[in-house]
Amino acid sequence: MTTRKKMISKKEVKHIAKLARLDLSEQEIEKYQKQLGSILNYVEKLQEVNTDGIKTADGGIRNLENVWREDKNELGIMNYESGDLIKMAPEVEKEQVKVKKIL
Amino acid sequence: MIKQLHEKLINKEISATELTQDYLSRIKNKNPILNAFITITEKQALEQAQKIDKEILNKKEISMLAGIPASIKDLIMTKGIQTTAGSKILENYIAPYDATVVKKLKQQGIVILGKNNCDEFAMGGSGENSGFGATKNPYNLTRVPGGTSSGSAAAVSADLSVYSIASDTGGSVRQPSAFCGTVGFKPTYGAISRFGLIADASSLDQIGIISKSVEDAEIVFNFIKGRDLLDSTSLEFPISKKQFPNKFQFPISKKDLKNLKIGVPKEYFTHLRQGYGGQVSGLDKEVETAVKNVIKKCEKLGAEIISVSLPNTEYALAVYYIIQPSEAPANLARFDGIRYGKSKIKNQKSKVKSIFEVYSKTRAKYFGDEVKRRIMLGTYALSAGYFDAYYKKAQKVRTLIKQDFEKVFSQDKIDLLITPTTPTPAFKLGEKTADPLQMYLQDIFTVPVNVAGLPAISIPCGKTKNLSSGRQGNLPIGAQLIGSWGKEEILFEVGKVLENDL
Repeated sequence: MTTRKKMISKKEVKHIAKLARLDLSEQEIEKYQKQLGSILNYVEKLQEVNTDGIKTADGGIRNLENVWREDKNELGIMNYESGDLIKMAPEVEKEQVKVKKIL
Repeated sequence: MIKQLHEKLINKEISATELTQDYLSRIKNKNPILNAFITITEKQALEQAQKIDKEILNKKEISMLAGIPASIKDLIMTKGIQTTAGSKILENYIAPYDATVVKKLKQQGIVILGKNNCDEFAMGGSGENSGFGATKNPYNLTRVPGGTSSGSAAAVSADLSVYSIASDTGGSVRQPSAFCGTVGFKPTYGAISRFGLIADASSLDQIGIISKSVEDAEIVFNFIKGRDLLDSTSLEFPISKKQFPNKFQFPISKKDLKNLKIGVPKEYFTHLRQGYGGQVSGLDKEVETAVKNVIKKCEKLGAEIISVSLPNTEYALAVYYIIQPSEAPANLARFDGIRYGKSKIKNQKSKVKSIFEVYSKTRAKYFGDEVKRRIMLGTYALSAGYFDAYYKKAQKVRTLIKQDFEKVFSQDKIDLLITPTTPTPAFKLGEKTADPLQMYLQDIFTVPVNVAGLPAISIPCGKTKNLSSGRQGNLPIGAQLIGSWGKEEILFEVGKVLENDL
């Protein structure tokens, strides 16, 4: 089977970059337009596989089932304090993580 | 090596401090050239070594791993120590807690020498995608060490560390091991807790071990395997029959491999790379010869060799390069310039006003090229209108790939498979950086194992000779042994027989 050439437009690349929260430069957009096209062309070969009636895989694990535990605080087994985590934020005020206004 | 060092420690032939100093001085000499470490924790290492020396002096019984100097891939959290994931976005980030694997090893009294360089967020195949500079191959400084556990393999290979705890999403433990002449072990998906491993693609990620010998990998694995409350995908050991129904008995003696059935998947020895831009290139001749010699050796030792087929092998790489980039962006969304790491939030001059700009400017500035490419690819594959054609299709083909392996292990009753780890020996630095697909094609023999969640180990099986094709000789070659789910023991047993013989 011959695979059809996959093209991806500059407009699409810009849209994807926006969805992905990446403020790409013009050069990057041009580069990724070319490279994504070439990678998408390669993965296009999956279309030739007949997957009628085949279930989607459930990850790397076999016979994956729900994993349950008792509803009690087991955080004691983690060895950190919340203050250690907050300290890591780029902007902190009164022991709270500071963000730009959202609305 | 671990056993011998342990004996020397308890017999007081060497102290843990001397042993640690020995490794630290080699790191000081060689790391400026190899760039295998991002962080060297000299002070903590020596303190820990002194603590173990005191225990030995006081005749306390110590663990096999106590006082043995090891290193940790910088993708794994180490409390109080910089943990960067090879990314500029996490430069100077101090991990507030230990990964479960690190916690377990500290309980055994190991000496941590430092954090190994790696490709940024475990994406890449050459070690060249680190935000902290490329690692070099100790066998040839103009060659890549492989990736993504580039620093781990280079460090163990050059005796800068006894073993390294690394991770493998598509071959990141095995491929650099093949390139650097080390043993690289990736267990069954879930065998080692991933808590504290900075996530790349969660259904593929697995912590593994890079070491000098199969025996060392086995020793370390037995200390770090098992169920962890903090990782719901982690497995109970011994593994339940329900999860892994294949029966298994130890057919192996230390001397021969009688009663062992070894499968040789024919798809791994032919031209797999057809169909991309008309480029067809197969398995390197010298690699093929070296791996076939391993198979011959097994036959001589009494194993039954059977040619088997894994018909969907040629689709594994395409499946991988949809699933990995689709899963990774969700994990990388946490690097938003707000919670931790580098940020554009404070930069008043750059007119970052909205929260959207904090996200998009931070990520564009501090993520590297490959990470951005994968985020773009995955975001595209998951975007409206494409989900069924890419992600869902890939997950269906993934089922077929798993079924291929199930068939050879249960119907054909194969105990393990032998394949090359990589199609070629280590390539030149810079050789594949311009063409991402050429780089991805290096993973062709290792990704099917992650796609299916199987255990596998790469063992050194020779080196290249001086070649007429302009290639320098003396580059290591790796053979990959693939086992059935939860059957890591058989890989260790066969690996140990082979490494004494190759």
